[in-house]
Amino acid sequence: MKIAMTLNKSNGKNTRSTWLEKLIVGTLAGCTLISVITTVVIILMLGKESAVFFTQIPFLDFILGTRWVPLLEPTSYGVLPLVWGTLLITFGASLIAIPIGLCSAIYLSEYASSRMRSIVKPILELLAGIPTVVYGYFALTFVTPLLKTIFPSIQVFNALSGAIVVGIMILPMIATLSDNALSAVPRSLREGAYALGATSFEVTTKVVVPAALSGVMSSFLLAISRAIGETMAVTLAAGATPNMSLTFLESIQTMTAFIVQISLGDTPAGGIAYQTLFAVASLLFLITLVLNIISQWLMNRYREVYDE
Amino acid sequence: MSISIKSYYPNEELALRIRHRKAVYFSRFCALVTWLGVALLAVLFYQIAVDGYMWLDFQFLSSFPSRFPYKAGIKSALVGTLWLITMLTFIAIPLGVSTALYLEEFSKDGRIHRLISLNISNLAGVPSIVYGIIGLAVFVRGLELERSLVSGALTMSLLILPVIIIASREAIKSVPDGIRNAAYALGATPWQTAWSHILPASFPGILTGVILSLSRAIGETAPLIMIGALTYVAFLPEGPMDSFTTLPIQIYNWISRPQEEFHQLAAAAIIVLLTVLLTMNAGAIYIRHKTEQRLK
Repeated sequence: MKIAMTLNKSNGKNTRSTWLEKLIVGTLAGCTLISVITTVVIILMLGKESAVFFTQIPFLDFILGTRWVPLLEPTSYGVLPLVWGTLLITFGASLIAIPIGLCSAIYLSEYASSRMRSIVKPILELLAGIPTVVYGYFALTFVTPLLKTIFPSIQVFNALSGAIVVGIMILPMIATLSDNALSAVPRSLREGAYALGATSFEVTTKVVVPAALSGVMSSFLLAISRAIGETMAVTLAAGATPNMSLTFLESIQTMTAFIVQISLGDTPAGGIAYQTLFAVASLLFLITLVLNIISQWLMNRYREVYDE
Repeated sequence: MSISIKSYYPNEELALRIRHRKAVYFSRFCALVTWLGVALLAVLFYQIAVDGYMWLDFQFLSSFPSRFPYKAGIKSALVGTLWLITMLTFIAIPLGVSTALYLEEFSKDGRIHRLISLNISNLAGVPSIVYGIIGLAVFVRGLELERSLVSGALTMSLLILPVIIIASREAIKSVPDGIRNAAYALGATPWQTAWSHILPASFPGILTGVILSLSRAIGETAPLIMIGALTYVAFLPEGPMDSFTTLPIQIYNWISRPQEEFHQLAAAAIIVLLTVLLTMNAGAIYIRHKTEQRLK
């Protein structure tokens, strides 16, 4: 690279091209700045409007309050029911997606022939590419009627069908990312265990999965963060009733579904309803950000171990 | 000898058999669970096909949305989606590829470089609805672009930019150093090397990433609902400042109505949407497969 630079400088004709070159590289650097600006704008906008919100509603009332009635008098801005709804969906979805996803990953990396792998992996990728609104349709027209035959008391909008479709939605993510982690475990570890007389079950559960654990955990966290931010499927399936119910059979509302509900009405800029959007979005942003950062940290730690 | 061991551990053989049995059952269980996931996909497609196929005809593709299910169609949604993809192609792709090129080929490795990389991977994890809120506050309200195609395209660009950057960086990273060194050895400047050697060599990888990110944009609903694209649109947008609707939004609109007919219309629209998406994804997978073969 340095040789190329000096050659150019010695050639008088190329002064114009180096000038142009600087301009082009500068433009590319400018494009890179856009991603930084995006982050700054997200934080500034969320922070600014949330700050206005918290001048009117005490922060503790928001974060610890158990009644969320932002649109009807008497209003109350306790965000816990929305957080609870989100947790309920995320918990149910993880309960479905984590065991199934991990088993699929184990199948793909430990048992499947390369032919099977080349069939199943693209199918999982297709499953991951299906828009969330389609899962919402699936929940409403297929899952809920099916659940109704099992639990006759279930409401039309309910947390269970939301959790199930979100679980199906994050499953391919867990399966493919965990498969990558398991496949990266060196062969020598497996062979060492087989040489000691372990069965394939013991090699998988006692050697391969523990060796890839941080990569596998990182995929779980990423999927959970995705489930928390999921919007359309839960809006369609789980309804719009902020609720701290313990059962999965009632209608609830997640943080994301609330944001959609407000935006469907024509909210005037500057009103308290407009600012609640930003307060809830800030909370959502912070939760997913923390999960993503932990997930990346785990992934990097894992890479450091095996990339040598 | 073995007889004496057996007398000490009378159940050893049994224990061994159980361990092996367990291994076999476990492998079968994992296979079963995986195929269950695949079967779910089949059920999903089957269900949608059965619900929607009878509404799928030319009239459906060429009519505007209507209060009467028999007259309703997805003309404005299809055209809106096409407009959006075209605008995204001109906004997000050049920006994303330029950023990737800068980060991989021109910027110095250091604190700032690492910080920007970290920033991009975090942006990729921000929920799409948060981008919708930012779009509402900045483009619709702040810059007064109203609920137009421009607002939609800019919001979507922010959303898919990290995806394009990450995929393009991977593609550029996989270009062998020999190509760079050969270009430099012939006296090419860094930009000439990047433009006429590295970009063409990484083109298939970049294209795959771009297709996947565009197909994500086509399927996104929440950010566009946030910026207010959920309106009754019975005309075709004629310019970037017109209001618009897209396929997923039309689908959401129909699903949220109580009547059975509109649910079936939604299923028909989903068939159209999935056909477009699957064609694009299959294209991306095909290109990747071809490249892998070429590299071998």
